[in-house]
Amino acid sequence: MIKNQMTSLQRVMATLGHNEADRVPFFLLATMHGAKELGMSIKEYFSKPENVVEGQLKLRAKYRHDCIYNFYYAPIEIEAWGGEVIYSDDGPPNSGAPFIRSFDDIKKLQAPLIDEVPCLKKVLKSTQILKEKIGDDAPIIGVVMSPFSLPIMQMGFDKYIELMYEAPDLFNILITINEEFCIRWANAQLKAGATAICYFDPVSSTTISTKEMYLKTGFKIAKRTIGRIDGPTATHMASGRCLPIVENLIQTGTAVLGVSWQEDVRQLKTVCQNKISVLGNLNGVEMRRWTPEKAEEEVKKAISKAGSGGGFILSDNHGEIPFQVPDDVLMAISEAVHKWGQYPLHWLSDYRQTR
Amino acid sequence: MMNVVNDFMQALLNVDRLLAKKIIDDHVSIMHPIQLIEDIVVVALERIGTGWQDGTYALSQVYMSGRICEEVVDTILPPSDPDRKDQPKMAICVLSDHHKLGKTIVYSLLRASGFELLDFDIVEVNDMVARVKEQKIKILLISVLMLPSALKIKKVKKIFKDEGLDTKIIVGGAPFRFDDQLWQEVGADAMCETASEAVSVVHNLMECVS
Repeated sequence: MIKNQMTSLQRVMATLGHNEADRVPFFLLATMHGAKELGMSIKEYFSKPENVVEGQLKLRAKYRHDCIYNFYYAPIEIEAWGGEVIYSDDGPPNSGAPFIRSFDDIKKLQAPLIDEVPCLKKVLKSTQILKEKIGDDAPIIGVVMSPFSLPIMQMGFDKYIELMYEAPDLFNILITINEEFCIRWANAQLKAGATAICYFDPVSSTTISTKEMYLKTGFKIAKRTIGRIDGPTATHMASGRCLPIVENLIQTGTAVLGVSWQEDVRQLKTVCQNKISVLGNLNGVEMRRWTPEKAEEEVKKAISKAGSGGGFILSDNHGEIPFQVPDDVLMAISEAVHKWGQYPLHWLSDYRQTR
Repeated sequence: MMNVVNDFMQALLNVDRLLAKKIIDDHVSIMHPIQLIEDIVVVALERIGTGWQDGTYALSQVYMSGRICEEVVDTILPPSDPDRKDQPKMAICVLSDHHKLGKTIVYSLLRASGFELLDFDIVEVNDMVARVKEQKIKILLISVLMLPSALKIKKVKKIFKDEGLDTKIIVGGAPFRFDDQLWQEVGADAMCETASEAVSVVHNLMECVS
């Protein structure tokens, strides 16, 4: 294989094998920017799978990144369960009032059937069309909320923490139902053409759970769930910290770890080296007011810390670029990774000396 | 006193309600309630908050600690007790989104520290402004999780200014931790990195509004 002729998929596969590809792969995890490209509202954009297909293809043509991100919005799963989704003109659709209003509601909870839910069928449809259009040129990333993290939207964060501490039997019932749904939802996306599944699991992060609690709950849940997903997964902490549990995350069988800007990506890369690939960790919220120069510097900094030896994909730290991040910043990030991400990273020694 | 604080903090971190209550009960006869709250409860909560900020403790522990302290403090200092702080009228709310955890934690911590405040729950901008005017709120704490909600605070600030309201705005939530200039951009008077910081931030702002 001649390095500079790699497709995005080959580039990503090389880095996941902990080898240096032709350059550092770049995942622009933009969801709402597709609506901007098509000149329509966020609500209209997500109403048809064809819009998401066109938006994702336009974004990839414009920013030359290495994946298709077939993620609509986090509460699409809540919509599938009959919950409320609230649209906004300038942000991701948000979950409405929790549909589990008391702990007892868990006893009568039933997971939706994937084939019968219009919002999930839209996602599957866009996955199929995207696969037809791009084939094996780039990985198509599907998304699930982990069974352990979904309850934040199902019942509200405060009540969920109380459930964990005070009603372990009902917690187990809820998790069992969620696990089955998560596995079916992930596998349906893989069957439709997704290359890999992003397993969002912020509740497992040490920002939210203690390591002790994680080992009793999120860890076991992820191990069981990921083990039954019929394809590779990337576990994403959605801005949460994870350094103290990296070894455990590796044991869940996941291939990639989406990490926070609040942790040092060099330290993370060292712990993960040759075991699991690191995805991250540009600060998406701060990115909103970056200049193109600042964007280039942040990309260089991340690559200098984690790029060597492969096993690193440049991305934001949350798994969703805020709608307010301007196009020129995204373009500057793209140009910087194309310029400074070329392997071998000859510029590193000089750069490190000036730091 | 440090041993008592350590024991109390450990009880909170272990979500051991009974032990936490026993420690407070053991001291209620020898300390004035306000002194007990300030010397034991507030100190323990501040240390847990700082521990969350540096990654030592988890948000679940911060939340459960706040809830336990709120319950304990209500038993030794009921809401109507004249010993509760002489303070400007305060309220707390979540702006726009349905993620209430941060608001609930700050509400618990402030009440556990002897403050009284109204809970507006989830509100949109216009409803919030109307309630601030109606209740003559002097300090408003706004919690957000989503960036678009944080940016709406600009509109709140503008309405306050246009209508001549001198209500101080304290903000908190993930977007403000991820961008340390955002609170100034939206026109807030102060920002809390952690829920426990709210106690000292409110103390500081009280001097400006009294």
